[in-house]
Amino acid sequence: MSKYQVNQKGYYGPFGGAYIPEMLYPNVEELQQQYLSIIEDPSFKEEFEQLLRDYVGRPSPLYPAKRLSEKYGTNIFLKREDLNHTGAHKINNTIGQILLAEKLGKKRIIAETGAGQHGVATATVCALKGLECVVYMGEIDIQRQAPNVARMKMMGATVIAATSGSKTLKDATNEALRDWINNPVDTHYIIGSVVGPHPYPDMVARFQSIISEETRKQLLEKTGKATPDIVMACVGGGSNAAGMFYHFLDDEDVQIIAVEAAGHGVDSGESAATTQLGQEGVLHGSRSILMQTEDGQVIEPYSISAGLDYPGIGPQHAWLFKSGRGTYVSATDEEAMNAGLLLTKLEGIIPAIESSHALAHLEKMTFKGDETVVICLSGRGDKDLDNYMKYFGF
Amino acid sequence: MQINKQANGLLSIYFTAGYPSLDSTLDIAEALEKAGADFLEIGFPYSDPVADGPTIQHSSEEALKNGMTLNILFEQLKDLRIRVSIPVYLMGYVNPVIQYGVENFCNKCKEVGVNGTIIPDLPMYEYEELYQDVFKENGISNIFLVTPQTSEARIRKIDDLSTSFIYLLSSNATTGKQLAIQEQSEAYFKRIKDMDLKNPVVIGFGIHDRDTFRKATSYVNGAIVGTAFVKLLAADSYLDKISDFIQGIK
Repeated sequence: MSKYQVNQKGYYGPFGGAYIPEMLYPNVEELQQQYLSIIEDPSFKEEFEQLLRDYVGRPSPLYPAKRLSEKYGTNIFLKREDLNHTGAHKINNTIGQILLAEKLGKKRIIAETGAGQHGVATATVCALKGLECVVYMGEIDIQRQAPNVARMKMMGATVIAATSGSKTLKDATNEALRDWINNPVDTHYIIGSVVGPHPYPDMVARFQSIISEETRKQLLEKTGKATPDIVMACVGGGSNAAGMFYHFLDDEDVQIIAVEAAGHGVDSGESAATTQLGQEGVLHGSRSILMQTEDGQVIEPYSISAGLDYPGIGPQHAWLFKSGRGTYVSATDEEAMNAGLLLTKLEGIIPAIESSHALAHLEKMTFKGDETVVICLSGRGDKDLDNYMKYFGF
Repeated sequence: MQINKQANGLLSIYFTAGYPSLDSTLDIAEALEKAGADFLEIGFPYSDPVADGPTIQHSSEEALKNGMTLNILFEQLKDLRIRVSIPVYLMGYVNPVIQYGVENFCNKCKEVGVNGTIIPDLPMYEYEELYQDVFKENGISNIFLVTPQTSEARIRKIDDLSTSFIYLLSSNATTGKQLAIQEQSEAYFKRIKDMDLKNPVVIGFGIHDRDTFRKATSYVNGAIVGTAFVKLLAADSYLDKISDFIQGIK
């Protein structure tokens, strides 16, 4: 068993667990007892792989980014999760969880969403399977992300505004948890990131681990190398990063770099750089690192990227950070926006602003020239055109 | 008044510290004892109260805006045992407790005379593994919740771990759902009663008037009113209304 993977009690080192009220215990216990036997069952695997291939469009390419490589003087590969159906890595997880929900006999699906990407990915799989879908979204995010709200509605989902607290992702998650408490029997909660009570962090990481599984094969085919020297990804809750790192965690010579959103700067008071600013604590059912006041109240983070705008990180990331296995750095709004524009000009790929944060870190690295670097391009930038337009004045 | 297996018809009231104003905590506690409440749960507010419905969420938000923190609450509770003699439990979420330091928290509870804690998102496994010793050293009872879905084996385990009372939820719900007590909940209350647990049992969630209180307490030792009381605190001169409120239920 890898020391970086979850143990039987649901912990990664000191992080993880299932800090949930008794009202959620039966739901979470059911998942804890059944998730592994379900997702390792050959019939589950077969349908999961078939949908990833025929519906999502996997495998996603491992693209050697020639001009970007020339610019930084090394060998950069982009794992193209942006080419998936619905435009990001989020669909890998929702396909897995909808199949799991079916096996558990659930009739109703709930989800939380920030910018709407996970909400769209959830509404998509519910349409695919004909299941009722309710998505909680912060009232403020509903106003900011009208096209994604429309997408969800077109697919038959009910979008409910979270009007408590700061009216964003954190509060949408609270509302989804409250819904689950009040509907314990027929409802499955599809959490969108590697957060939440055990077994969610592990379950979501397993569904996302297809990213690094494919990367290993593709890299070997393209370069003859078994592993890259460096893998990089952006981290909000951390699901694309968990998937990108998964099959490299035990290869200690592979350097792992996670890039958080620094917003207007780590010390500006408007940031989402959780490992830099946070302390250990419990949020949304697991023990991890989170941004909080001295009194233990959760602080609302800020980033230009709605997908990274979360006050915590998944417990596995907290452990990779604390154990030193991963290097956790950050990029500001400005650095990310410039990196997004650079990729667009050099490679003709408009990245999601989330993914641009990972790209932004290249500027701060020094290369000898013969490294192999894999960056997870977690999503496409179509959803962010408004932001890019405003920022650069196109 | 003791919370023991022989007691019956006990009424407990929940309210949020720092709501409606920062300094209202002890005035409300004192008024509740005078009015005839048998024990109290004082909530310490948290930014993300997932087990609570809109009324208690709102009181928590307001309390935080008023500046309530655990530090300030313990400062206010220095006079607790001068002004209040009935049992008092602190109720809240685990993150502020972790941030305060679990040991500090238990020491402070002991120092000010708090009898125990109700921390819904601190599960049994984590309590046993990480914190039980420090609670015991300080003589602080941690109260566990039981829902209609909790298995008999788990209820027995909760009964073994408990040292004060067991908090029985009338239904699987967030706080403040004013559910009528249905036949199926009566069957569930009866099932619990027939288990003949070592600890006293009180029912909470959905108890809001004389009828629901009487039904609940016909099976177990007492019942807890939260949301209905927190709503009263939004009124002008709420302290003057507490006596009528308690008499309307008990």
